[in-house]
Amino acid sequence: MKSNIFVKDKVAIVGAGLTLFRRRLLETPRDLAWEASREALSSAGLTLKDIDCIVVGSAPDAFDGIHMKGEYLADGSGGFNKPVVRVFVGGGTGVMVPAVAWWHVASGLCKTVLAVGEEKMSHAYPHPQGVFAYIWDPILERPLGPNLIWIFALEMRRYMHVCNASKEDIALVSVKNKRNALDHPAAQAAAKITVDDVLKSEVLVWPVQLLDISPVSDGAAALVLASESVARRVTDTPVWVEGIGFTLDNTHWYNRDLAYPRYLEYAARMAYKMAGIERPWREIDVAEPYDPFDYKELHHIEGLMLARRCEAPKLLKEGYFDRSGELPTSPGGGLLGVGNPIAAAGVMKVAELFWQLRYEAGARQVKKPVHKAVANAWGDLMQAGTVVVLST
Amino acid sequence: MRVAVVGVGWYGFKPTVPELSFREMMFEAAVRAYEDAGVDPRRDVDAFISCQEDFWEGIAISDEFAPEPIGGVLRPTMTITGDGLQCVGQAYMMIKSGAFNVVAVEAHAKPSDIMSPQEIYEFSLDPNIRTLKISNPLFQAGLDAVAYMRRSGASREHLAMVAVKNKVRGLLNSRASHSAKLTLDQVLDSKPVIHPLTRYEIAGFTDVAINVVLASEDVARRLGDKHVWVEGIWWATEVGTGAVEWHEWGRMPSMRLAALGAYKLAGVEDPLRQTDFSEVEDRFSYMELLSLEELGLGGGGAHRMLESGYYNPEGGYPVNPSGGSLSMGVTLEATGLSRLLEVVLQLRGEAGGVQLKDVRRAVVASWRGPPTYTSIVAVVSRD
Repeated sequence: MKSNIFVKDKVAIVGAGLTLFRRRLLETPRDLAWEASREALSSAGLTLKDIDCIVVGSAPDAFDGIHMKGEYLADGSGGFNKPVVRVFVGGGTGVMVPAVAWWHVASGLCKTVLAVGEEKMSHAYPHPQGVFAYIWDPILERPLGPNLIWIFALEMRRYMHVCNASKEDIALVSVKNKRNALDHPAAQAAAKITVDDVLKSEVLVWPVQLLDISPVSDGAAALVLASESVARRVTDTPVWVEGIGFTLDNTHWYNRDLAYPRYLEYAARMAYKMAGIERPWREIDVAEPYDPFDYKELHHIEGLMLARRCEAPKLLKEGYFDRSGELPTSPGGGLLGVGNPIAAAGVMKVAELFWQLRYEAGARQVKKPVHKAVANAWGDLMQAGTVVVLST
Repeated sequence: MRVAVVGVGWYGFKPTVPELSFREMMFEAAVRAYEDAGVDPRRDVDAFISCQEDFWEGIAISDEFAPEPIGGVLRPTMTITGDGLQCVGQAYMMIKSGAFNVVAVEAHAKPSDIMSPQEIYEFSLDPNIRTLKISNPLFQAGLDAVAYMRRSGASREHLAMVAVKNKVRGLLNSRASHSAKLTLDQVLDSKPVIHPLTRYEIAGFTDVAINVVLASEDVARRLGDKHVWVEGIWWATEVGTGAVEWHEWGRMPSMRLAALGAYKLAGVEDPLRQTDFSEVEDRFSYMELLSLEELGLGGGGAHRMLESGYYNPEGGYPVNPSGGSLSMGVTLEATGLSRLLEVVLQLRGEAGGVQLKDVRRAVVASWRGPPTYTSIVAVVSRD
């Protein structure tokens, strides 16, 4: 991995689009993908004719019950007679989509790329959790009938223990993100809640409670990426993709130090190195850490090296990560507030940073001036870290 | 900056590999490829890409199992759900971007583990078509075959000739476990499966893991002189599987577009003259002829060229000198990599019994199989 001064073509995001995030949307997955794509294209002032390549992201095929889901989504994402690839790193897919789109452009082989994340979870019957029964090692783990929330509960408990964080400290993330989402027009789970509400919500797997966790969502999000020459022509305010990073840890989640996401640190180091960022805790102005669970945002803030280990809960309490704070995180509401259609949620996070860096986020705009931003996503068996660094 | 294949490794190429799990097969292939390339995966490889599909694996997020067997733990590793050649395309882009020097690509197939491949194919159909309960989910290939024959004037015998050519050729290839000594009459008289194709015209399944290591020019030259250049690679999707009504029947526009893209990158204008042989898609007999036409290798009609023996191993332009998928088997998402592997071995002079003389440049083409309309084409050469 080299610093990006050697990269052939500079890459910019020039447009973004988003559907509503809801449970049980009536649109088909292809409809959703196209709705987001069309909005992204029109926000960039481009049409499908101007797009050279397509990158699609979607998480397990089993949600839709469609084998080769990338092929199914292709035309909905604008892939008529165009090069299409589908990216799949579990929950980390959403941020991997712009990362893969980055090298489509940086290689000089595509001038414009439409990057689409789509997920329709709610038509898994009776519940999308059923899909997660099939993600385990078929011989060692699947016979035990584990559930995804169980292992995240282990991770949350471990984080609380090692960092001496209380349930109250962690619940503040949910309060912040759901409050931030009140200003988001696509939000599914925006709410004005208190720490008490979180602590009194239904216990799913201790210590994970209903309000600690993001909802089941349907939705799509899309970005238009372009080379520098195209970007300069279509917009005055391109947002540059300065660095990408991705890492997969091994399959054996039970052998891992659950208190700290080392895979994310490695991915972040890769992205920061490319972007020439040496002190992320100082240089990053706004962040969208992946927050399917409230503890996960803190976990990821530390993994992204935006706070020292175990320091995030303390800073959160001081308002450091609020929209008016020194390093706003999930200013749009994140997955806890806006919703979690897996691959679309990651793309939504990058889209949110795109709007923040262009000062187009409206009521969600953070108070401080912003130049550099980072988003991450996380997936598989607590093993995937994907990172994108943006700047103006 | 040029991109080269610096190492290849494989394990399997048998209808069933009972001795190893799919992860162990991936490991065996990876170790062989890194040894072949002379790289240390933990130190020299910048990124790892795996090409796989969940439903073939029987795991809802099969990406989880990618990093360990290929040395990608805590390194940049990711999955593309596509044919192995699409992963090579990603690696090509990554290296061309200047940010990566060495990228390892992996694809594997263990169809012998799959109890009901037909049902999995059924899941890849458009949900609206699926409700029609069509008993053979590969029917779209039959429709394309009929439309191709009607358009081009190719007869049943021409299709059967492809099967005979490839199945017999495979007898010389140690990796071709579906090869057979067949005559035209045996193919035509065998059991019909999808009209108009008989059982010998549809490739069987094969277990394999294949690993390919790609590197930038300066790294490739430093590693030795075994490298084979990827001069161009491109892919295209004509329509999604949910929009088959828009497919141009009897044609494969995705293959044509992919070929145009790859030829442009490689500076190829007349592929029949500027390349020496090709390994193309032939999981169905008609697909070899259709692919050749879309690749610009069909001259005045691929079936007439076939009839004249032009595509035979000793002919003017050998096609599938390895025996193709018809004798090596369909290796799910590793099918494209099998074709690439055969070309790399040919260009390095390591193809054993199927070695051609004096070959320098080749076309590799793969299609993702029904019901998709996605194809990938590469132009590969040696110094």
